[in-house]
Amino acid sequence: MRMQEALRDALHTEMARDDRVFVMGEDVGLFGGAYGVTKGFIQDFGEKRVLDTPISESAIVGLAVGAAINGMRPVVEIQFSDLLPLAMDQLASHAARYNYMTGGRVNVPMVVRNKFATRSGGGPSHSSCNHGAFIHFPGLKIAMPTTPADAKGLLLSAIRDPNPVLFFESHHLYGVKGPVPEGDYTVPIGKAVVRREGKDLTIVTCGGMVLKADGAADALKAKGIDVEIVDLRSLAPLDKETILKSVAKTKRALVLDEGPVTGGISAELAALIQENLFSDLKGPVVRVAAAPIPPPHSPPLVDAMIPDVDQVVDAVMRLAEGGKIA
Amino acid sequence: MLDVNKRKTMLRQMILVRAFEEKLEELYQRKAMFGSTHSYRGQEAIAVGVCSALQKTDLIASYHRGTGHLIAKGADLYTLLCECMGREEGYSKGRGGKMHMGDMGFGFIGNTGTVGGTVPTATGAALSARVRGSKEVVASFFGDGAANQGVVHEAMNMAGLWKLPVIYVCENNQYAMTVSMEKSTAVKEYSVRGAAYGFEGKTIDGNDVEAVYDATEQAAARGRTGGGPTFLECMTYRWDGHFGGEPGTAYRTKEEIESWKQKCPIKRLKEKLIQEGNLSEAEFQKMSDQVYAELDAVAKRAEAAPLPAKKVELDAIYATSEVGRG
Ligand SMILES: Cc1ncc(C[n+]2csc(CCOP(=O)(O)OP(=O)(O)O)c2C)c(N)n1
Repeated sequence: MRMQEALRDALHTEMARDDRVFVMGEDVGLFGGAYGVTKGFIQDFGEKRVLDTPISESAIVGLAVGAAINGMRPVVEIQFSDLLPLAMDQLASHAARYNYMTGGRVNVPMVVRNKFATRSGGGPSHSSCNHGAFIHFPGLKIAMPTTPADAKGLLLSAIRDPNPVLFFESHHLYGVKGPVPEGDYTVPIGKAVVRREGKDLTIVTCGGMVLKADGAADALKAKGIDVEIVDLRSLAPLDKETILKSVAKTKRALVLDEGPVTGGISAELAALIQENLFSDLKGPVVRVAAAPIPPPHSPPLVDAMIPDVDQVVDAVMRLAEGGKIA
Repeated sequence: MLDVNKRKTMLRQMILVRAFEEKLEELYQRKAMFGSTHSYRGQEAIAVGVCSALQKTDLIASYHRGTGHLIAKGADLYTLLCECMGREEGYSKGRGGKMHMGDMGFGFIGNTGTVGGTVPTATGAALSARVRGSKEVVASFFGDGAANQGVVHEAMNMAGLWKLPVIYVCENNQYAMTVSMEKSTAVKEYSVRGAAYGFEGKTIDGNDVEAVYDATEQAAARGRTGGGPTFLECMTYRWDGHFGGEPGTAYRTKEEIESWKQKCPIKRLKEKLIQEGNLSEAEFQKMSDQVYAELDAVAKRAEAAPLPAKKVELDAIYATSEVGRG
């Protein structure tokens, strides 16, 4: 099953099970969503639970906050991550804060799905990887599936979570196929997974970059370096235990992220690892992430901005020279 | 009535705007262009009518369906096409693509893929005109979908409050992606929103280039003399799908599309000029052939133009000198 279908499966399952769940967003009704995730929903659940909206991101998210507070479980679709900043106030200053600021009297069980990934032709308004910006707002949960199974499992957990969950779906992964368990299958939010076991170095990463990490791990295997890969799956809360356990074992860490390198998840991970494992580490924590520029349009500029397999391999080799891996 | 030469120039401009869209579509089909197209076919009278009524020193702000506005305001075809094709010699050096350009050299503030995003920008440019006491007028182009963005309303309120010289050109092609106006908007005419913010609003036939010209001329005169903004709702229709590869038929009937093709703005002016005895079929054909031949030549050059080098330009994110209208 492709990730798109897995998401559809999860959402459909939950709407059938729980009539508090409804979807809202631009083109989600008649058209079935810009990426086809809600195709046919309007026939199955009717216009009251499948709402086509005006182009009003701030109000869409704001209304979802209110509906969530008042007994519903909205699942909002924002067409791409570049549009999240339009709803920033509602996400960061409202949704994220209600539970804390009301002493737990008002909570916001909602999901905001969006597509992301930097790719040629998208350009500055259509291909941001801005997930790193949202870890700065306590109260938001952030999920980012890599496999179709995780897409289903995380989305089901997100809808059932009593908190606002921001759900990042990679453009590059929509079409990727994988097995998906049938029925009620959940993956906990806040739990990372070791995708590949190894003993020499840990790559901590998420989303589409997991595939690049895997490519790099294959190339490094040929050079005698055995790489372990931790796929975060959730950026908030962060599964510190799994990350630190892995790095404590391998004693070397490379952090790989599709978002700009400054101040994002890669910085957070590097800080977390060195704070906890400084004396165990055999070398510095290395960051490989996107260049800190707006996402460009032309393919060579995009290629230069986004980390590729070679860049990861080179970074590991530099680390290896300093620390003599294997 | 406008003199014959002016009207013939507008006819030629409309043909050029259309031919450009067709060229982009062809390049897109051949995968010679990056990113998506957003065809402007059917709406040419708005870009051409508005820009023909503006002075050279006036400004425009555009949006994703924007190539027509740029051409009508005087963009260089080769530089424009290069940008669409991600070339180094494009307006944005390949960084922005079709949806992200700007050049104060011909009074083009910019466009973006964030729907509604440039409406406050245009309003701010009008604020500058007022503060500096210049006679500039700013035309802000946006779609019917954009009209529902919060920031558009906030900007219009300020423009009404401060009587800014801005013309809000709402191109009502009746659909925002796949969502029809009835499904997204509480009122039947967007033009009533002028009244909501204390200025004149009217709905005009956006396929009649002369009507668009006249309305713009009046609005510009009002803006120039301190009379404040105008909301011009131009009724029109997009012939093609929302973007390249989207047929546009899942949410619109073939009859509806056909009926609007009958109202073609080019055909309309052409037939009128012929009826008056000011144009012959042969003359029209020659005009059209010249335009298409000119574009073919430009496209050949653009296709042969180099892509940018694969490198990260960190220096490019900050300006080092003032290039706007100081
Ligand atoms: C803020 C924002 N929301 C959603 C989108 C996705 N999107 C792109 S164009 C479009 C429809 C825009 O409709 P309209 O403003 O009427 O312009 P048209 O495309 O009809 O010319 C949508 C929803 C976007 N680019 N920006």
